[in-house]
Amino acid sequence: MSLSTALKTGDVTLLPSRRDENWRWTDLRALIRDLPAGADAETVGYDGPFAALGGQERVWVNGHAGGDSQITVEAGDRVAVGFRFISTRPSGNASRVSVRVRPGGRLVLLESYEAAADGAIAAVDLDIEVQDGGRMERIVLAADQAQSITVSIAEVTLGAAAAYAQTLLTTGARRQRLETRVAHPGADASVRLDGAYLLADQRHADLTTIVTHGGVDGATSQLTKGVVRDQARGVFQGRIVVEPGADRTDARMGHHALILSDRAEVDAKPELLIFADDVQCAHGNTIGALDKEAIFYAMQRGMSVDQARAMLTTAFVGEVIDRIEDDGAREIARGWASRQLEGAGD
Amino acid sequence: MLSIKNLHASVADKPILKGLTLEVPAGEVHAIMGPNGAGKSTLSYVLTGRQGYEVTEGSATLNGEDLLALEANERAAKGVFLSFQYPLEIPGVPALTFIRTAMNAQRKARGEEEIAAPAFLKLARETAASLKIDFEMLKRSLNVGFSGGEKKRMEIFQMAMLSPRFLILDETDSGLDIDALKIVSAGVNAMRSPERGMLVITHYQRLLDYIKPDRVHVLSAGRIVASGGPELAHELEAEGYDKYVQVAA
Ligand SMILES: Nc1ncnc2c1ncn2[C@@H]1O[C@H](COP(=O)(O)OP(=O)(O)OP(=O)(O)O)[C@@H](O)[C@H]1O
Ligand SMILES: [Mg+2]
Repeated sequence: MSLSTALKTGDVTLLPSRRDENWRWTDLRALIRDLPAGADAETVGYDGPFAALGGQERVWVNGHAGGDSQITVEAGDRVAVGFRFISTRPSGNASRVSVRVRPGGRLVLLESYEAAADGAIAAVDLDIEVQDGGRMERIVLAADQAQSITVSIAEVTLGAAAAYAQTLLTTGARRQRLETRVAHPGADASVRLDGAYLLADQRHADLTTIVTHGGVDGATSQLTKGVVRDQARGVFQGRIVVEPGADRTDARMGHHALILSDRAEVDAKPELLIFADDVQCAHGNTIGALDKEAIFYAMQRGMSVDQARAMLTTAFVGEVIDRIEDDGAREIARGWASRQLEGAGD
Repeated sequence: MLSIKNLHASVADKPILKGLTLEVPAGEVHAIMGPNGAGKSTLSYVLTGRQGYEVTEGSATLNGEDLLALEANERAAKGVFLSFQYPLEIPGVPALTFIRTAMNAQRKARGEEEIAAPAFLKLARETAASLKIDFEMLKRSLNVGFSGGEKKRMEIFQMAMLSPRFLILDETDSGLDIDALKIVSAGVNAMRSPERGMLVITHYQRLLDYIKPDRVHVLSAGRIVASGGPELAHELEAEGYDKYVQVAA
């Protein structure tokens, strides 16, 4: 059951639905009556969110790859590449891409989702492999249209001593799921999985992660923050599995959300499933409102209530932004967050 | 300058201020002393417009202007500053960023230009030096992980930066060591001027040795029950509030 197979076959009964435990907060079956047909490739003349950083870029328009659908970073190489997944029509489209970082290679992947048409339904599948000692940082900015549907699933496989870091930044869509599954070998490999969802109106975003530690001496650190207002709905499902024998695993998961209106909602399901010994695991999950006393304090110093709220929410999300390693991407993410949160006081 | 007449205010429907009257003329420093729970912090919150503090009767004006009709930030822009008894921690916002944002918001409200970055930094460096605050500390998140005394010093730093017209100090001396008390008092005294008024809330005579008040008032059970010169603070230190608590009851 997946959106991409449903799109390929045109069979709506293959859509994930609330009957799948894993999709209960992001039901597609009940939402999508008919799957739209595909659309042709097009040339897109505007820039993506990471354009200012320059560098090479690959573009998928309505599911059509503008070039090679696979990228390999050779041993010792350092590469920065942009992936843009664009839907220009109310069409259905599925894209698949594979990424391989060879031993000792380094990759910065700047990925954007740009569903520009109401009614667009996009599925993106990524196969990511970071081999022994390779390093990869993936920064995803999902800037989809309010009435679009996107499901992105990244399958990540890591070698020994590999380092994989990811930050998902999203403003949501009609339904949107950004899922990451990591096969963690332990073996001194390290994983950072972060995310920020900043949702307004009736938007929805679902950040789901599954990390499976299969060997000794692995580390995972996760920090997700959300700010939801109006009638928006944020979903966080974080699962870390430490398999039998994966001793000396160090896993940390944090999810913290601010709800700015009575009708907004956050559903969170953090899970640590530990079947090994001598494991260090910690998780924290908080969902709350902005601190009224802090707002008064800022207002007493002269800030308007809107300014105070925007400042506090921006600072709240800033912790996630600060963890982005790539300097250029971090500043773009910071600008994105402050633009999204400027109106957070309304 | 500050004129409070027959002020009644409730918190969570519980009357706390019960007919408080007080005048602080420009250029004067008035001290307020009184037992725990008397309503001193409540008065400071009512004057600065905190939500949940409901005025049921009476008035409070600054230079003839009705304070109670204004939002908290509008009062700040008019020059009302409160040094909090318990300053808030603001994670993720460097102290300097916080103060610059506040300063520019006040300026905008008054129709003034924003302060230029170099001018702001120069002012911040000079002010930090005068209060013996390590400039590096101003780059850290405001008050996060600061000691109690450091937070109080940071309040005075903000006050000096924002240069308000009317100052309310709510137990700024609590948590300060002796050296810090002297530095903070010097900072406050430096702001005394014929155009400024101050309300200094404290439990201890010691602060008033450094910040010499023109008048001392006793606040008990939501009202000013006695007023006098600086000698009143000495008397309270020696005799406590017993007789005033009875007066108020
Ligand atoms: N949110 C609230 N709900 C109910 N009662 C409150 C609330 N805030 C304050 N009070 C009450 O109002 C009264 C006055 O409190 P306030 O903080 O003004 O006293 P204070 O004079 O500043 O005391 P202290 O010397 O201990 O600082 C107290 O009885 C207190 O319990
Ligand atoms: Mg008090």
